[in-house]
Amino acid sequence: MPSSENNSFWGNIKAMPLNFYNSFIRHGAPTSDRTRSQAVFSNFFLHIHSTRVHPNSLRLTATWGLGVSLISQFIILTITGILLMVYYVPSLDLAYDSIKDLHYVVPAGRLIRNAHRWAAHMMVLFVFLHMARVFYTSSYKSPREFNWLLGIVLFVLTLALSLTGYFLPWDQLGYWALLIVANILGSANELIHALGLPQVFHKLGNFPKELFLGSSEVGQDALIRFYMLHVMLFPILISMAIGVHIWRIRKDGGLGRPEGTPVAAGKGVGTMSPEPVPPEKAPSKTYGLMAVIKGKTSHTGLNPDETVSSWPYLLRAELLIFMINMLICLALAMISDAPLKGPANPLLPENPAKAPWYFLGVQELLSYSAFVGGTVVPGIALIGLALVPFLDRENEPAGVWFSGSEGKRITLWSMAFAAVAAVLTVAIPVNFGWLREWFPHINQLFIIAFNPGSILAAIYAAWSIIVMRKTGSSRMGALALFSCFLIGFTILTYVGTFLRGPNWGFYWSTHDWPAH
Amino acid sequence: MAGRLEKEAVTRRDFLGLAGLWSAFLAILISTIGMLRLPRPRVSPEASSIFRVGKPTDFPPGTTKDIPDRKVRIVATNEGIGALSLVCTHLGCIVRDTGEGFTCPCHGSKFDRIGNVIGGPAPRSLKWLAVSQAPDGTILVDNARETKQAEFYRV
Repeated sequence: MPSSENNSFWGNIKAMPLNFYNSFIRHGAPTSDRTRSQAVFSNFFLHIHSTRVHPNSLRLTATWGLGVSLISQFIILTITGILLMVYYVPSLDLAYDSIKDLHYVVPAGRLIRNAHRWAAHMMVLFVFLHMARVFYTSSYKSPREFNWLLGIVLFVLTLALSLTGYFLPWDQLGYWALLIVANILGSANELIHALGLPQVFHKLGNFPKELFLGSSEVGQDALIRFYMLHVMLFPILISMAIGVHIWRIRKDGGLGRPEGTPVAAGKGVGTMSPEPVPPEKAPSKTYGLMAVIKGKTSHTGLNPDETVSSWPYLLRAELLIFMINMLICLALAMISDAPLKGPANPLLPENPAKAPWYFLGVQELLSYSAFVGGTVVPGIALIGLALVPFLDRENEPAGVWFSGSEGKRITLWSMAFAAVAAVLTVAIPVNFGWLREWFPHINQLFIIAFNPGSILAAIYAAWSIIVMRKTGSSRMGALALFSCFLIGFTILTYVGTFLRGPNWGFYWSTHDWPAH
Repeated sequence: MAGRLEKEAVTRRDFLGLAGLWSAFLAILISTIGMLRLPRPRVSPEASSIFRVGKPTDFPPGTTKDIPDRKVRIVATNEGIGALSLVCTHLGCIVRDTGEGFTCPCHGSKFDRIGNVIGGPAPRSLKWLAVSQAPDGTILVDNARETKQAEFYRV
């Protein structure tokens, strides 16, 4: 290592820049495979990557870069979020004004707020896409079950972060969304009241709501809670979960990819790596890797010579995806402003009062029964998602989209079936009403049990059980169920977003909304 | 030493180790329970649920008056004075008077003049709140106490 030639003081000063550089970068320029590996391996921020990567993982169609997109969006959100915290005040009197200041007075405030909002929307959207990618390429299978569960946790945390952020401007939009969410948490009372249980149980039913609000009314105590959750607790939890999620990818066998020998550069779809060098000689060395790995060789040792160096091929693919995300986010932030309605007015609900778009599918279910639509159906869907890798234990190679042609066919049929069922779920109550309109004195318990939301969920479950029986494959059943829920969610979200107007009435276009 | 079927005595080292582990576990558990109590305040910060709405003479029979701050409609009839909550029983939005009844802007619940559900997702009728009278004659309404539907307080 270079130090000064004769250890003179003047020599030390001259050698200082180089010595300083060498003190934190301990390897030479990444020009050889060895130093490239070191560049990744000995860097705290890069060492979550493996030093070498299979070219098939680098193909765009293997992962579509969705996980890296999510990290990019999270980075954008963290930085813009910290900047927004410079001005935002979590107080009933000042919250709205501080957001208004950010929008109209603070230099670049509007752009940063818009970028924060758009990155949040993108993150929610990409969580869905990422989950679909992992599901359809069977990347949740053993040994990746636990990482799938972590993915569900990240999904919930993303929604929680997004929702708590939605409340903070304390405008009409956030206030009424908050009131609705708070009452969903108290919606067990719907069942308690229908069963005619005594008053004590109502207190129990109200407990989650009061814990959420810190009071029985929406007010300052609620706002400060969401602020704390949004800027402190949830970001810490999600950072930890992201860290473990990425770490588990490495531990569970590396980035997802189709099996097989990589195709030469230029012939594959969007591959970013050079042609792999064929091995001169297979490794003859055996490893006894700290007694951690079963067998004599590590996973990475299976096809060591088909891989390429992560520096630069993987890192530059990641950088490209980050830049694309920045570009989309900034472009959206310049084109479209984050909404800010009037200041929260507890006396006058927005009409229609809508939750953020990713909850409008749930809100559509809510418009049949708060308890079933707001807690039971989403809860069952989440538990179902979490159980997927434990119910489908078929061993098959990960990385193949839809598990081949049969899976592709079943996915398409399930999507078509799910679309018809979801459209009917909306169309029947809109055109013909539901139990209450048919039998005005019907017991509420019937409506809780049989409403369009619960029936749709049951139909989807039945469909996938039929598919599983017919094909004799749990993977096909899982494909059917996932496709059903994905399409059902998409359609209900579309209906809630675009086809619901004042008083949650059905309108083909916003132009048909009655003036008010 | 001890045979395979005999239980091995816990050595002093093991005992101390286990005792340390369990006491750490218990300490963490109990302090977590203690911390979990924090988010629920002992005293709710909102205003009292009982509020004054005015003198009985302010409500001549056959009229209604809304108290927007409290989301309550005072209904005065020959039978007395009643208080109808305007909070939707579905998810807490404020219902609107449509002339024939009430509708909720959030999810489209519909109620008739006295608050019965006639459509939409609301699980039950609008609440009627307890009305009473202060010693000075002022009419009081209690937001937290529900009474029977269309029950009127005789002034």
